[in-house]
Amino acid sequence: MTTETVVVVGSSTGGVRTAQALRREGFAGRIVLVGEEPHAPYDKPPLSKQYLAGEWELDRLALITPEAAASAEIELRLGVAAVRLDVAAQQVLLADGTALDFDSVVIATGAAARPSPWPADSGVHVIRTLADVDGLRADLAAGGAVVVVGGGVVGAEAAATISTLGHAVTVVDPLRTPLARLVGPEVGRPLEELHRRHGVDTRFGVGVEGIDGTAGNLTVRLTDGSVLPAATVLVGIGAVPNDAWLADSGLLVENGVVCDRYCRAVDSDRVWAVGDVARWQDPRYPTEVRLEHWTNAVEQAAAVAHNIVHADGLKPYSPLEYVWSDQYDWKLQIVGHASRGGRYEVVGDLAADPARAAVLYSDDDGRLIGAVSVNWPKALVTSRRALTAGGSDFESFVEQIKALPAKPPAPAAR
Amino acid sequence: MKVQIDSQLCQGHGRCYDLAPDLFGEDDEGYATLTALTADGNVPEGREGDIRLAAANCPESAVLVHEEALNDRR
Repeated sequence: MTTETVVVVGSSTGGVRTAQALRREGFAGRIVLVGEEPHAPYDKPPLSKQYLAGEWELDRLALITPEAAASAEIELRLGVAAVRLDVAAQQVLLADGTALDFDSVVIATGAAARPSPWPADSGVHVIRTLADVDGLRADLAAGGAVVVVGGGVVGAEAAATISTLGHAVTVVDPLRTPLARLVGPEVGRPLEELHRRHGVDTRFGVGVEGIDGTAGNLTVRLTDGSVLPAATVLVGIGAVPNDAWLADSGLLVENGVVCDRYCRAVDSDRVWAVGDVARWQDPRYPTEVRLEHWTNAVEQAAAVAHNIVHADGLKPYSPLEYVWSDQYDWKLQIVGHASRGGRYEVVGDLAADPARAAVLYSDDDGRLIGAVSVNWPKALVTSRRALTAGGSDFESFVEQIKALPAKPPAPAAR
Repeated sequence: MKVQIDSQLCQGHGRCYDLAPDLFGEDDEGYATLTALTADGNVPEGREGDIRLAAANCPESAVLVHEEALNDRR
């Protein structure tokens, strides 16, 4: 009897969760997990928060401990990048010159921070990996003002963290409000106010023209002609899929690995993709989509593991989008579509301190399409269930959220 | 196998009780709880996979799973 081998390339959330899900699905063959970084697999959401703040050490970020990997018989090949995929030969070639034979390969190489397009000699950082944050923390330790370019999740969370560390922080973004790709201005404006209440200066609707100088002595030139001095600059302007290593694989790679509805590469039944690097044909949408969300990586991992193990029972993958973000005392949770400018209703008060509210979104036909909650998880999970069930009448759903229990008078400290 | 919810870590993402509603529950605010089936911390025979699924989906690593074979190491 020959043993079947699955090689998983990428040791972040998507890769680790795929390896674990294969075992849950009963896969009894060999699993090899390849990771470019030397560290044990770690979780990324805390990088812009607890790890940046110095509150958590690396061991708190573990996605899987070496012991748990050994007990699940997941072979870890860490500290060595995959450099080439030979689909015909069924081999992954590694940077150390070795090759791994596979029956199936899962591409889970994730995405990298979009590099700063404004060259400076030093002092300009991104946040994506542990090494990125270690470098940023080293510069922050010297003190001084910080400019954060980008008001998306990474930029806004990092601005909150860095300001809490005692730095003067300015956030710059050409969009009108923070998190604008995820939430509309009805949430973005109160969120910007939250940052300003905490002493962060915000320059939304203004772009960056250039960055000059060196660490400790930088200037950020803005498109409105103003100039911001900074000791350190953080650039959080999105991510690009790590797919360059597949350039000569023969796979269709176009802003990620292009996959069918089962998350299988359109060119090969043996190649699958998971997480930020996967662009797959969600049956709900007219074209392939790529999501950079933590929960997507986990759910897609489970879907791919299922499809690898059950070749005769393939399931299309069609997740409900879910994202969260923690900034100061706001726990934001976002489900479905909350940035498409349709009709919405606010339940609760986003301007209160502390805030506790839900914003519910309707499509043109009067159906619930998305929800945002702040410090109110019950409203979010109720919305997620309604969206999963589908077709909820918006008016009656708003009443349902309004009827949820009031907050208990003495909440537990969280 | 044993299971716990770390209520300091739980932020109410609701993944565990949506994925395994008989093994995990929710309080009035949406934070996770154990249920009658798991209240004593013991995972019912044959439900280990559902517990692992819930743990894998928790964004805060708040579902603590103790594989007894590992002598209570996590």
